[in-house]
Amino acid sequence: MIEVEGVSFHRGPARILMDISLSIPTGVTALIGPNGAGKSTLMALMARLLPLQSGSIRIAGKPVATTPGPEMARTVSILRQDPNVSSRLRVRELVGFGRFPHSRGRLNAEDNRLIDEALEQFDLTALADRFTDTLSGGQRQRAMIAMAYCQGSDTMLLDEPLNNLDMFYARDLMRKLHRVAEEQQKTIVVVLHDINHAGTHADRIVALRDGRLVVNDRTASVLVPQTLEAIFGYPMEVVTVGRSPVVLHHR
Amino acid sequence: MAEAMAGTPAPPHRSRRMVVATCAIAAAVCALFLFTGLRGNIGFVLGLRLSQLIGLVQVAVSIAISTVVFQTITGNRILSPSIMGLDALYLFCQTALVFAMGGFGYATLPPSWKFFGEVALMMAFSTVLFLPMLRRRTDMMLMILTGFVLGFLFRSLSALIARLIDPNAFAVLQGASFASFQSFDDRLLVVGGVLTACGTLFAWRVRHVLDVIALGRDAAIGLGLDWNRWVTGLLLLVAALVATSTALAGPLAFLGLLVVALAERLCASQRHGILLPVAAGVAIVVLVGAQTMARMGFGSAVVVSVIVEFMGGFVFLAILFARRRG
Repeated sequence: MIEVEGVSFHRGPARILMDISLSIPTGVTALIGPNGAGKSTLMALMARLLPLQSGSIRIAGKPVATTPGPEMARTVSILRQDPNVSSRLRVRELVGFGRFPHSRGRLNAEDNRLIDEALEQFDLTALADRFTDTLSGGQRQRAMIAMAYCQGSDTMLLDEPLNNLDMFYARDLMRKLHRVAEEQQKTIVVVLHDINHAGTHADRIVALRDGRLVVNDRTASVLVPQTLEAIFGYPMEVVTVGRSPVVLHHR
Repeated sequence: MAEAMAGTPAPPHRSRRMVVATCAIAAAVCALFLFTGLRGNIGFVLGLRLSQLIGLVQVAVSIAISTVVFQTITGNRILSPSIMGLDALYLFCQTALVFAMGGFGYATLPPSWKFFGEVALMMAFSTVLFLPMLRRRTDMMLMILTGFVLGFLFRSLSALIARLIDPNAFAVLQGASFASFQSFDDRLLVVGGVLTACGTLFAWRVRHVLDVIALGRDAAIGLGLDWNRWVTGLLLLVAALVATSTALAGPLAFLGLLVVALAERLCASQRHGILLPVAAGVAIVVLVGAQTMARMGFGSAVVVSVIVEFMGGFVFLAILFARRRG
């Protein structure tokens, strides 16, 4: 559960977020919106990577501004857009960093079991001993996500996790996130650009435009032409294939 | 091909063996330094050499640790404290102190007081100057450029002040800034030794935190570190260690870079639990080895820094070529 109350953010004269208030329940929530809508800024504020200028954000009841770092790290894990790991690390070591908030670097048997599970979960077991700088972009992205998963927190904030992933792994990741959220009652927020991934795999959609909240609702109620036009600024057709709505945004 | 080769898993204890091997070689080099070519009053010569060895080891360890930590907080493996002008800053602090207190006042201060004054001054300056840059890990090019400019600024300021002070004070300053490997001030050795030992112990204690800091600001915060507090603390540690080594041996531009690059090659890991001891070991081997060579092969005509820079240049070229081929 994430509660955002009256959050505004500006950089100099540029107002990036304007009085955002919303609450995000457990399940997968897609954060969408056109470029420059303030999605990444909102994510960074929730992940305490930027200092709050006004308003408050609570994750699982803990205010992000005042809760001590280690406690927060056991509550929420994050994936940044374009994470460049400069260190020369093996995949297993990288994923193992997810256990840092729990064991401060001294891995015990339980940690190792969870690392193995995360590697398995994200199809990285065969790559476990590879150095991260020898991986492809998509493989590295998966390793970063596995690290966030390995942190074992009930809330995950993933900024564009589908970057660099091919169709197979993009679909695979979204399905996994959905399953994990359902089975373990996690709150997972993902910034997505592909509206159809959001439509198929997210329980809820939060949409921003020009720093304002446009809509925060169940997926089915967002994927209607009027709402989509209000978010993205041009009309798009929505058809139903099987049981799920498909947005023809590219036509 | 390259991927497949890089992907071959190394046995996990290889790195640990490397730590043991480096320490053993370092110990052997130290023994060589102490016991070769003993002549005359053996007790006296050994005592002299022992104090020299303690000084060299201090310089080596503090340069190695400070460079590793500095590279970790700046997030790249090309910077070193001396490239960023930290040792120039130290010399500037020294000059400023002579200027403020006058030559006589400075010369009559007890060395440990002087040393702590300079260290404190340097810590304050480096926090003010470098912290804003490190907080957000700005562009590396910008940092290198800033480092060069700051280094140049401090050297010029030192030169300016040196022209302003009276000749007596200038002589005092000259004596203070040209430290060498031949003789170390015993009182400084004790103070520096305590500082180096504490700094090294601290770096070792936080080696896991350093691993996380190497991942970058966002990942480190995500894993629960208070980034600003850690970077400030570690920068102060680097400043103290650089001050120690510069106070003992004067500025050594190349050693830190050389030692850490070598250590990284050797242990194929950036885990600080391995990198810190290997870098310290390599630094001891290089510095004490160079001093031994200087004594045995070249008489006292060749300065150690020349040998170190020569070896440094050689190894750097080797690394460059290896990287091009690999």
